[in-house]
Formats: sequence, structure tokens, C-alpha cells
Amino acid sequence: MKWQQICAYESLSPEYGVPALLGEHPVALFRTGDGELFAVGNVDPYCGAGVISRGIVGDREGEPTVASPMLKQVFSLRTGECLDDPGTRLPTFAVRRKDDVVEIGLP
Amino acid sequence: MTRTLIVVGHGMVGHRLVEEVRARDAAGTWRIVVLGEESRPAYDRVALSSYLDGKSAEDLSLVTHEFLDDPLVDLRLDTGAASVDRHARTVSTTDGAVLGYDALVLATGSRPFVPPVPGHDLDGCFVYRTLDDLDEIRDAATEGKPGVVIGGGLLGLEAANALRLLGMHPHVVEMAPRLMPLQVDEGGGQVLSRLVGDLGLTVHCGAATQSVDADEQGRVRGVTLADGTTIDTDVVVFSAGVRPRDELAEPAGLERAERGGILVDDRCRTSDEHIYAVGECAAVEGRCYGLVAPGYTMAEVVAGQLVDAAGDGFPGADMSTKLKLLGVDVASFGDAHGTTGGALEVVYANNAAGTYAKLVLSDDAQVLLGGVLVGDAGAYSVLRPLVGRELPAPPEQLLLPAGSGVDAGALPGDAIVCSCNNVSKQDITTAITEQELTDVAAVKGCTKAGTSCGSCVPMLKNLLSECGVSTSNALCEHFPQSRSELFEIVHATGIQTFSELIGRHGSGRGCDICKPAVASILASLGRGHVLDGEHAGLQDTNDRFLANLQRNGTYSVVPRIPGGEITPDKLITIGEVARDFGLYTKITGGQRIDMFGARVEQLPEIWRRLVDAGFESGHAYGKALRTVKSCVGNDWCRYGVQDSVAMAIRLELRYRGLRSPHKLKSGVSGCARECAEARSKDFGVIATDKGWNLYVGGNGGFTPRHAELLAADLDDDGLVRLIDRFLMFYVRTADRLQRTSAWIESLEGGLEHVREVVVEDSLGIAADLEAAMAAHVGNYSDEWAGVLRDPHKLARFVSFVNAPDAPDPTISFTEERGQIRPVSLPMPSIRQEVRA
Repeated sequence: MKWQQICAYESLSPEYGVPALLGEHPVALFRTGDGELFAVGNVDPYCGAGVISRGIVGDREGEPTVASPMLKQVFSLRTGECLDDPGTRLPTFAVRRKDDVVEIGLP
Repeated sequence: MTRTLIVVGHGMVGHRLVEEVRARDAAGTWRIVVLGEESRPAYDRVALSSYLDGKSAEDLSLVTHEFLDDPLVDLRLDTGAASVDRHARTVSTTDGAVLGYDALVLATGSRPFVPPVPGHDLDGCFVYRTLDDLDEIRDAATEGKPGVVIGGGLLGLEAANALRLLGMHPHVVEMAPRLMPLQVDEGGGQVLSRLVGDLGLTVHCGAATQSVDADEQGRVRGVTLADGTTIDTDVVVFSAGVRPRDELAEPAGLERAERGGILVDDRCRTSDEHIYAVGECAAVEGRCYGLVAPGYTMAEVVAGQLVDAAGDGFPGADMSTKLKLLGVDVASFGDAHGTTGGALEVVYANNAAGTYAKLVLSDDAQVLLGGVLVGDAGAYSVLRPLVGRELPAPPEQLLLPAGSGVDAGALPGDAIVCSCNNVSKQDITTAITEQELTDVAAVKGCTKAGTSCGSCVPMLKNLLSECGVSTSNALCEHFPQSRSELFEIVHATGIQTFSELIGRHGSGRGCDICKPAVASILASLGRGHVLDGEHAGLQDTNDRFLANLQRNGTYSVVPRIPGGEITPDKLITIGEVARDFGLYTKITGGQRIDMFGARVEQLPEIWRRLVDAGFESGHAYGKALRTVKSCVGNDWCRYGVQDSVAMAIRLELRYRGLRSPHKLKSGVSGCARECAEARSKDFGVIATDKGWNLYVGGNGGFTPRHAELLAADLDDDGLVRLIDRFLMFYVRTADRLQRTSAWIESLEGGLEHVREVVVEDSLGIAADLEAAMAAHVGNYSDEWAGVLRDPHKLARFVSFVNAPDAPDPTISFTEERGQIRPVSLPMPSIRQEVRA
């Protein structure tokens, strides 16, 4: 796996997403309240717009989630699966904190 | 083959008949000609007096666009039937046409009875039947003067209420020893008299009218009663009963009933097999019915025969009535007067509270035969379906206020819960279980129960819980509380953040339902800028970027233009910004200019230019006050009676930034021409020559609604004070995403309750509501400027965290009509790769 440096860990707010470019692919990067990091595709599969990083982070029965701000479908941050419409999923990416830098793994 | 049906009369019953035929006649075998004497199509005559209480003729109308456009319905207004030729099977109309029919339905209704007292036809004498009558009464009414209503029955009290709404002091003259002699008994009549007396009505019972007296010009100047009493007045309304309009019958050779009315059998057939009569003009087996519900049943009986050549006969009518007259509950049901042999009565009267209740029981005190309720008719929905059945509890328990030791469980399955629409308890519980209904609205939609007079709605709630449906008001899986409960918790505890709130009162980490709701509550209570710290992650995308998300991921930017008033310089700035950033521009429906296609990273620079030019955020993105639309007002308009522009600006600036359960819009019209369309708004203001009228609860989203009058003739400060209270009451107590219209409907007591709280301060919270609004007004600051001042907030407005200036590859535009429009890109290939 090749890792690409994205940003300083401190520049991520808890329960908040930011958009990033992985090569030329838009990715949504999240830091949850307990400090865990997730990275999924930024493009909403229902409308084609790059907006997933702007969604509200939360949980559904404990599963960490993000809701697309466009039409509000909820996706698992762990698996990328759409919890409202199983069968549709966002791509997921490996993500890690190395010292104070966040890195995403290129697939 | 198409046959022709002629319906004479377009009142409530005639209209229901046509609707029933059209609903059942899928094949379109009937072409229907409807003759309506009035200039308007059918309207809700039962709600007539609300026409003087803020409702328009349109609000009362019963017809839809589909009805008017129906090619199989030919509605001819201002046209009556002059005669019927049974042998030729034709109807001659008052405008000279001769129309052939295959079937004819007479739905001519009734006319008000005017007793032939001397002076009954003077100028200043009116009847109470049509909207035109009400217009005439309105023109003749003088505020502060006495008005006389002859007749103290149901309609008479309606008419008295109409005079009261017009600011007059009504006197009611009733021959019988009590008001509403047909519906209530002596004890109930006494309580009723006292209650309406408290409302400013003067009641003269057991009084005959000797004459209506004229002045020199031949106009009414007073009324003299048989005991010599005189009442000075120039308005007299006769409301002493109705007579069936059966004048077409005799010349056509149709039989009339002994006491009037076109005689029909139990299938509403006259002696001619092609002719039917329905509603108040029909005497079913000799008896006329003066209520709309039996008329509707007749309409269904006839429609069944016309379309299916079948159907049941008229089952007889339930003459039970429950109404709120002048704010006083009155109900009577079953054998209210105890005419059944051996009937027993149980009475509970509470003079202090102004309530009266009577049950009529069988001679063995086991079976309920009927009853009367005055002052509090809460028990009606439980008692009426029990008529003819064994009592489920001791009678005294059934009579206690608020009804009630019994609940829905006591009702047998075939008891009719909604008598307006003939829906039984069984129908409702079956629908709840089979269709998995979870709330009252769904039950209404599915069964029609509760959709007419609404008196059975409390029972529908009970039936839902009887079926095991808990109507939970939990906000989402993370909070067991409702939005308004959370509001009170945050308000009372001073909690500042979402994590504190969910940690102490909820569970889990939240979601896209509870986070924005809590964000809105925190913002309503002035707990900091919406993007401060943790608040940012709670906001729906629009509030997070202070702009409106569009379908391709770009945003639109809308600066506030209070009241739609703008200088040329500011217009130029908007034009320059839009040009320089390549934005699509559009004038909105709310008197603003919307600029579309801004990328996230462009927003701060766009705002900077707008803020520098004196603009601020228009909150077009928020569940917040949007616009206060205005007409041009009395500065420029020939008709304007108040300065609507100044008032719209004052209101928009006052409430700017106010976060609320749903977006809020308002309008201010400078005169009754209503150019600002204020009554289609959550709160609307219309100028009169005496001040401002305040309307609330309009808009309604996909269930369009007109706003209704909350208070009239207010001065500037009085208007603002009531709006402060109204908005804050709404913000505190409404559910998440509940519009003002739905909120008002959801309150027990509806608009009346809002009026009590907001205008009369019945809960004693008005000062608190005003203080909360004052705090909001004092704390307002522009959110755009707040972002521009704060580098931490600005850092969030980047296309990519690791490439702040790289444009988002999913965004592209093409051109149409000289401006940009978004192009949807094909889904990026990475999605397929990963899926494979």
C-alpha cells in the first residue's frame, strides 16, 4: 500500500469531515468524536456531486455514519454501505495517523 | 351511451351529489349539468360566520380546479330552474334555456323563514343564508351599535355571532322559553343563556316580535317586542327557521309533503322515476332534515342508484349535533328530550364552571338513549357512539367533566365514531392494524374519520393507543425527548453544546436529525455563532456554508434585501459580483436576487465584496426567517393606507437570523388588495385604515393554506409585540420541521388556543416570550461577517484540505440563455473500481 500525506491531524475537528484529493480522486476524510479516522469517496452516488465530506457525522445504533447533505442518505463510515439502500456503497480507503500527519492509502 | 343528469342547486348537498356520481361513474356514462342560483359555486354554508372572521369566500369554497375543469360537468352559475316538464323530460332555466334530461335531481335547499311581522321587509332587514347576505349585513353594520337577531336557534346564534364579529352588540329574540329549543333542554338552555350573556349577547327568551319599526326614510330604527320592550337598532337579521324550496314540485305534478318539501321515498325518489330530491328541499317519507349530514347521505343514496342502479335506502338521520357557538360548546345527541316512554334523566350541572350535562336513559337505567352537553362537550365523542347501547359505566361517571371515566375501549366495534363520514370503531382499528398506521393524520387519510367536524379526533388518538401504537414524540434514536422538550431543557439548564446535551440527556453520538435540531435550538437561544467550535459539525450543509446547496454541489448566495427595497448602487454591486464570479442570477419569489454556482472556496470572497457594500446574509439557507415581502405601500401606491415598506423592513430586520423549527416567511400588504400576498405566509400583515391586521399559519408547503386572522386593527408597536410572542411561542413548542400551519393544527384548540396564549396571555408567558425575542434582537450579528473575521472558520472554506485551490472535478457548467447551468458529470470511475 502506498500512503499519501493529506494534512495535519490537528487540522481535523472532531465529528467533522473535510474533502481531500487522493491523486485525482475526491475523498471525504472524517475524524469522529473518539478520535477515529475514516476516509470514504467524496462523491454522492445518488447525484454525482462531491459533497459527502460536508455531511453530518453521527451514528446509527452505534455504527459510525455520515448523511449525505444532498438527499440525506446515510452511509456507514466503516464499510461505505448505504444504510438506507443496501447495495449502494461509497468506496472506502485505508487511513492512518502517523505522528501528527494523516495519511490515506492509495487503493 | 352518455346520458344527461341535471342537478338543480349547487349547495353543499348538490355538490356532494355531483362529486359522488363523478367518483363512482368511472366509465363517464353521465354528463352532468348543474344549475346554481348564486354567483359562486358551492361553499361551506355551515362555516358561514367564519367569513366575517377572516376566511375568504375562496377559503369556504368546496370546489376544486379539477371539478371546474371536468369536461363531464357543466356548471351554470347565476342560473336557476324555472320549471320542469316531466313529460318532455326538460328543465327550463331562468335564462331561457330548455335542457333535456335522463335523470333530474332537485337539490334546491331551503329558504329562510321570515315571520310576517309588520316591518319585516324594511330597509335594514336581512336574512342569514348566503355569502351575499353576509356582504349586505357587513355593509349595514355599525360598530358599537345594537343589532337584533330574530330567532334563538342554532342559526340565530350563528347570526348573532356574525353581528358580534362585526363589532355590534347583538340582541337575540327567541319565542321559546330557552335558546336552541330543538337541541337543548331547559337546564342546558339556562347555562347556554348565561354563557352567551357573558360574551356580550343580550338574550330575550319567551319573547315575540310585535313589529320592526321604521324611521322617516323607511329604514329600520328599532324592534318592539310583545311585552312592550323596544330595542333601538338599524340592523335586523331574521333567523327563525327555514322552509324547503319545493316550488318546482306542484307545477310539475310532483307530490309535496303535508308540511312542505318535495315528497320522496327512502331512496329519495319522487313519484316520477326520473326525478329525485335530496337535502333540505326533500321530505324523505314525509320528513325534512335541516342538517348537512343527512343531506350528504341522501346524495350518496341517489348517486348509488344513478351509477350502480343499486345501493341502500336512506337509513334515517342521526340528528346529533356538536358545535362551538360563540366559543361555547353545545352538543345534543340521540333522544335529547327524553321522549321515549319511561325515559330517565341524569343531570350534572355546575353553575360555577358554566357546564351542564344530561343523559337520557331507558326505564331500567341500563341503555343510553341520548343527552345534552353545554359548556363542555368533551364527553360527546365517547357518549354519542354509545346511544342505544348498554352503559359501560355508572352514568354519574360518564357525566363527570372531561368525560370521562370511559375510554375508547368501552365502545363496541360497530359503534360509529365519526358520524359525519359514517366510520365505525371497527373500520378505524382495522385500518390501523392492516395499514400499519402510526398517527392521527394517517388515520384521517385512510378512513376519512375526523376530516369533517373533527369532534372525534381525540377518540382517534385513543384508538391508536388501544391498537398498541405508541405515538412517540422522541426526536430520534439518540433523544427520547421531543424538540420542544429539548428546547425547554436547553433553555432551563443553560447547556451550551450538543455534546453536553447528548451526554446528559441522550445517548450515542447523534445524527442528521438531532444535530441540526439542537443546532437550531442553540441558535434560537443565542449560544454563539453557528460555526463556533463544535456547532459547525451540527449544521446541515446550508447552515454550515451559510449558502444554499444546489444539485451539483455548488451554492447559491442571497444577500438580505429587507422589504425588497434596494439602492441602485447595491444593485450594481450584486451585478458586478455575479459577473466577476460567473454566477447565474435570478430574482427570487421573495424579492431578492439569488446568485448560483458559487464554489465553496469562492464563498468568502463573494461575501467580502457584498459585506463591504453593506449587505448581510439573507439567511435564505436557514430554517430561519427568510423574507418579509412587501408591496409599495402608501408612499407611492394610490390605494395604500399604511406604510407597508417601512413595516416590512422593520419586521425583517427585527427577526433576521431567528432560527426556527422550519423556515419562516412573511409579507406586509399596504391595503386589502393584498399585493404582497401576506396571507400565504407564516405570518402576514395587512393594512386597514384603522391599523394592521395580523394573520398567522399560512403557507403550509405542499398542503397550501391561507393564514388566518389572529388580531385586527393593531398599531405598529402592538403588531410587533404580538408577532414577537407568536414567533417565540412557535419556536419553543413546535416539532422539528413543523411549519406554523401544522403547528397550529396540532395544538389542542388550534388557532383559538394560539390567540388565548399570544393575545390574551392565558398562560402568563407573554412577558417571557417578549424578553426572549428582545434577547434575540439584541444579540443579532451578521453570520457572513462573523466568518470573514475568523481565520479558523475561513479555513473550512476550501475545495480540498490538501489542495485548497484545486477546483472540484465534479463541478462543470454549460451555458443556457446566456448564463451558466450545471452539468451532471458521469459518476467517477473510482466507484466502479472499488465495487469490482
